[in-house]
Amino acid sequence: MSANPNWEPGTFFHLHEEDPVEEYENFKLGMWIFLATEVLLFGGIFAGLFIFKYNWPEVFRLGSQALDWKLGSVNTVILLCSSYTMAMAVDGAQRGKNKQLKLNLLLTLLFAFGFLVVKYFEWSSKFSYGYFPGSDLFFSVYFMSTGLHLLHVLIGMSFIGLVYFRARQERYHEENFGGVEVCGLYWHLVDLIWIFLFPLLYLLRH
Amino acid sequence: MSSASQEYQPYLQPGGFKNWFFSVDHKRIGLMYLYSILIFFLIAGLCAMAVRAELLFPNANHQIFDHHGYNIMFTLHGAIMVFLFIVPGIPATLGNFLLPIMIGAKDVAFPRLNILSYWIYVVGAIAVVWSLIGPLPSIENGLIKFPANWLDTGWTFYTPYSIQSSAGVIPVTLGAFILGFASILTGLNFVVTIHKFRAPGMTWHRLPLFVWALYSASLIQILATPIIGITLALLIMERVLEIGFFSAALGGDPILFENFFWFYSHPVVYIMILPAMGVVAEILPVFAKKPIFGYRAIAYSSLAIALVSFFVWGHHLFVSGMSYWSRWIFSLLTFAVAIPTAIKVFNWISTLYKGSIRMDTPMLYACGFIFLFTIAGLTGLPLATLSTDVFLHDTYFVVAHFHYTMQGGTVVALVGGLYFWWPKIYGRMYNETVGKIGFWMLFLGFNAAFMPQFILGYMGMPRRYADYLGEFAELHFASSLGAFINGLAYVVIFGNLLWAAKRGKVASKNPFNSLSLEWTVPSPPPLTNFDEVPTVTTWTYGYGEEQNA
Repeated sequence: MSANPNWEPGTFFHLHEEDPVEEYENFKLGMWIFLATEVLLFGGIFAGLFIFKYNWPEVFRLGSQALDWKLGSVNTVILLCSSYTMAMAVDGAQRGKNKQLKLNLLLTLLFAFGFLVVKYFEWSSKFSYGYFPGSDLFFSVYFMSTGLHLLHVLIGMSFIGLVYFRARQERYHEENFGGVEVCGLYWHLVDLIWIFLFPLLYLLRH
Repeated sequence: MSSASQEYQPYLQPGGFKNWFFSVDHKRIGLMYLYSILIFFLIAGLCAMAVRAELLFPNANHQIFDHHGYNIMFTLHGAIMVFLFIVPGIPATLGNFLLPIMIGAKDVAFPRLNILSYWIYVVGAIAVVWSLIGPLPSIENGLIKFPANWLDTGWTFYTPYSIQSSAGVIPVTLGAFILGFASILTGLNFVVTIHKFRAPGMTWHRLPLFVWALYSASLIQILATPIIGITLALLIMERVLEIGFFSAALGGDPILFENFFWFYSHPVVYIMILPAMGVVAEILPVFAKKPIFGYRAIAYSSLAIALVSFFVWGHHLFVSGMSYWSRWIFSLLTFAVAIPTAIKVFNWISTLYKGSIRMDTPMLYACGFIFLFTIAGLTGLPLATLSTDVFLHDTYFVVAHFHYTMQGGTVVALVGGLYFWWPKIYGRMYNETVGKIGFWMLFLGFNAAFMPQFILGYMGMPRRYADYLGEFAELHFASSLGAFINGLAYVVIFGNLLWAAKRGKVASKNPFNSLSLEWTVPSPPPLTNFDEVPTVTTWTYGYGEEQNA
């Protein structure tokens, strides 16, 4: 095979990914590696949480009691549901059911938006009681961890939005669903991080 | 297929900003990275020259800038050298250029991610330079005075000073944060490329050792860099919102910052040195005309170093307040690094044994590396030993040890690698005589600069001091003179390379008779590297084996 005829120097053409199956495998490996970096990124804040909790148990007990565990639970349920719809979206893409894919992507976005709404009420209530990052170490950890998580929710939503946009163009089918699956991997991580944050911040209050 | 040969066009053409800056070609990205990091190498090198000029004599008879200015100079030297020069150092330059060709691929796995990595690097560099924008340095009472917004925290950004300092800590830490993304993307790209894009027959145990080294370094880049990301993000938050994570006054812990910082920054020195070791392993067998000795031992010791590197950060905190058992364990683990490192050195030397050695410039650098890196490794041991480290911590002994690994190790290997692969990169030969002169200037200047610093440190000279007692005067003077020769050497070294790129004698396809894949393609390589994906049937180090076959 001679040089690829589409190859023009200085353009965004990529050389190898002619085979969607191969492209999918590479994408998936790349995303898993990226998820490892995300886990380590949050690892720093988790380490801070454990150390400060150990040093200042009273601050963390009182801080945790000041949080609304009901709102936290609602958000946990919302994210779990969004993970389900995301999985269904991937399933739809894999089986070439574009309608199922689009519907579930929209539902996932809807759940994510619900998470944001709950978070908005939660944070504004904390602010109204005078709890800010820096009020004490508990609230520093709380706002830094949930804030970083929130940032990831927003990035995830943009990612899902992009995939939805492409799904509307009917770009995904049985042989090309890598984009959806990789997006799903990312979204599940966003969910998973919350699954760890929720009990550590809201439930360990005694 | 028949038209393939007449289509040959070196990757260097066409030129023009758009064709380069928006190119996804790994060779072009490698070259752009190279020239970018060399600009910062020059800037940071000039800061080092300024530091050594200030230290020529004790301050009573001689001063160039005030003591705060001294803090700024060593900070800029360290921060720019580490984050903008030596971390991207070999992987982003030679690694980008060579990795795909060495494994028989046309490009890296994600070419667009590759150029994104370079753009992110540029953005990070702009953020760092941004911190310097403002009033210009002025002269007051015969002393150079630097503006107050120039960074003065040391490259380590230790809290609490980095929270209190009035200097522009945020743009620099933000820059380092952004540069981390560039580093992660390069590492991610390399790992996927090595897993998925090896040519048919290029099994793991036929991979060139440079690729093994890049693989190990990439793993560290992926797993360590996020930690510095979150640390610097929290430090920025600390300055903006006073969150108290690293502030003892608010219940936080400045030592936590040191732990986080070194959890990245110790592994990161292996990001710097592992690819350098890979370069040396490529050069040695070619110029000794012998198969590399202990291929698998060298390959797996790279992985071993990458693994152990994550568990030794505590030795930076031996005197910062740490429990007895922590110190004991970290000391033991630090010694463990010596094992895979020594395995490499022994195998390199065994490769030379009874070889028919040709001492061309790249080989001089490879041998210089072994000599200097052995000193660097051995002087690491007294720093891993608790009883001697308490005495040597934060002295010039550490400074000398670090520069023997980083300059004597990484930079020497980078320059050696550039001389070795320059005929491939540009298709032109450097001047051999000037190349050798450059090496000896570097070698002698470097040793003259840093050998006295071991003694200074042993005598008790603390690092980062702008002034010193009279008893240190001779050694400091010698060190400064050595540093100036060391600096001058780079003018010769890079002058030769730049001259060769334009005017050097046209090189043949394989001037050093190497057996590695990158020498089977024309020099400079065409855009797609290979007309046809090569099939590999043997390892790359079969020197002298063909007679027996």
